[in-house]
Amino acid sequence: MSGILLLGTITCIIGYLFLKGLDTIKLSLIFGETAPLEALLFKKQVFDGLFPAMIGTFSLVVLSVGWAIPVGLATGIYLAEYARHSVKKVFNLFFDILAGIPSIVIGLFGFSLAVFLHKHFSERIYPCLLISSLSLAFLVLPYLIRTTQVALESLPAATRLTALALGATRLQNIFYVLIPKSLSGIISGVILAIGRCAEDTAVIMLTGVVATAGVPKSILSHYEALPFYIYYISSQYSNTQELLSGYGACIILLTICVFLFFLAFVIKRRLTYQALYRV
Amino acid sequence: MIKVYETIAEKLFLLSAIVSVSITILIFGFMLILGLPLMKGGHFFDLLTQPWAPYHGSYGIYPMIVGTLTIAFLSVVMAFPLSLGCACLISALGSKRFSRFLRRVVQLMTGIPTVIYGFVGIFLLVPMIRELFQRGSGMCILSASLMLAVLISPTMILFFSDSFDHVPKSYLNAVDSLGGSQVQKFLYVILPCAGKGVLTGLILGLGRALGDTLIALMIAGNAIQVPGSLLDSARTLTSHIALVIAADYESLEFRSIFACGMSLYVFTTLAVLGVRSLGSMHQGRKR
Repeated sequence: MSGILLLGTITCIIGYLFLKGLDTIKLSLIFGETAPLEALLFKKQVFDGLFPAMIGTFSLVVLSVGWAIPVGLATGIYLAEYARHSVKKVFNLFFDILAGIPSIVIGLFGFSLAVFLHKHFSERIYPCLLISSLSLAFLVLPYLIRTTQVALESLPAATRLTALALGATRLQNIFYVLIPKSLSGIISGVILAIGRCAEDTAVIMLTGVVATAGVPKSILSHYEALPFYIYYISSQYSNTQELLSGYGACIILLTICVFLFFLAFVIKRRLTYQALYRV
Repeated sequence: MIKVYETIAEKLFLLSAIVSVSITILIFGFMLILGLPLMKGGHFFDLLTQPWAPYHGSYGIYPMIVGTLTIAFLSVVMAFPLSLGCACLISALGSKRFSRFLRRVVQLMTGIPTVIYGFVGIFLLVPMIRELFQRGSGMCILSASLMLAVLISPTMILFFSDSFDHVPKSYLNAVDSLGGSQVQKFLYVILPCAGKGVLTGLILGLGRALGDTLIALMIAGNAIQVPGSLLDSARTLTSHIALVIAADYESLEFRSIFACGMSLYVFTTLAVLGVRSLGSMHQGRKR
């Protein structure tokens, strides 16, 4: 009964979106009046399409994952391989709290960081792509740490000790044995983090996203993003055409997220097999 | 030479760990410092209990706290039976193929962006509620918590079914050999055994509902008032932050959002601590 209810609800939601939005999915939704090739090469500005928003989301994701991956992976490795038990306990508590903080509070933090930097360091810093990507990095950091740590810790003791017994150092053991072995877990964590960056609206809403900005020119400029576009359309659309493009944006965002989800899923399976049979 | 690399690498790993921990502390610190002018002279508790009346110089966030708690609790109440039913379908009662399919769908649901739920909520659920009750705009607590329930149920379902799967096999075989039916097995063995896991899932769902911004912002209507009925519009702490941020930076009105941020921080931290202490109690009992 409740299973049917849940399945019914989710079918309703997705079905409604596709029913309303399917007609709008065509090239002009993305590129507007501009020719696709010229837009892709940044020769011409796109005015009435979703292209700037997609580029904004894309650069946002790349930047924030770029910040978060080195720190997250290193922290995960430290927790799994180096930290003593008591240290690990304290750190785990902190990361659990960080994972639980609502995204809007992280956005608020990013905003106040921007104000702080603006006052004390440089007049040129105000909420922008850089600040947003940093805040998003804070948001996904705990997920990355946790998946790396779990992936490393779940390796069997035999794998963990063989290289050490053969005379490898700790670092060699980590880079040549443990990380390749746990790569599938780590990568699916990264993909989930990307999905989280792409969908989050609350953080970017507070840290520099705007409704119309065109393609972002530098990391200190405003930008557009798909989720914010959807929110903006839903609250202040002026005509049916804008509303329809909102449906289109929903479908694009949904497709991206579902695609990333399945990618994580497939990689998790594939890589486990490969890592097992190749070596 | 290798020794040096080893040490450098270890220090680097430690450094990044410290950086990530300090972010947690830094966020709290920022909230505290920026909210401080409001808290001087014991105003802080007034702030939590006063109504919101900027023209009378009172910036209490009491209506927002009430709104947040009502919406969150309502959505948990609605999502709980649904999730429990689905989880039991997945791990106990359903056929193998159906339960695998259902689990996939639920996992997929965790990946759907919140803003899409909000969007569908505005254009599908809100008009429905409006037609159904013939009152107001349809943007009310009821529709927000209905949509939130859809949002948080995947989290709860996955947690519940995980904890159901952890019930020892020998218990289940014992029930089967005594001739108990599937339903009896679920009600009398699995549910009591997985109580802790169910509670953990509940708390996590509640945390998710408290922290969510978009759905409340888009559907709940955002009127600043202590809601009187389910069909009233309300504003949550999260959407208050999002709505006030556009104002200027020095006024007390602006400061109040840091109080909101801090209350949210404290709520969710309490939830996390609760989950953790449950977890450690569970482990202690096993040993």
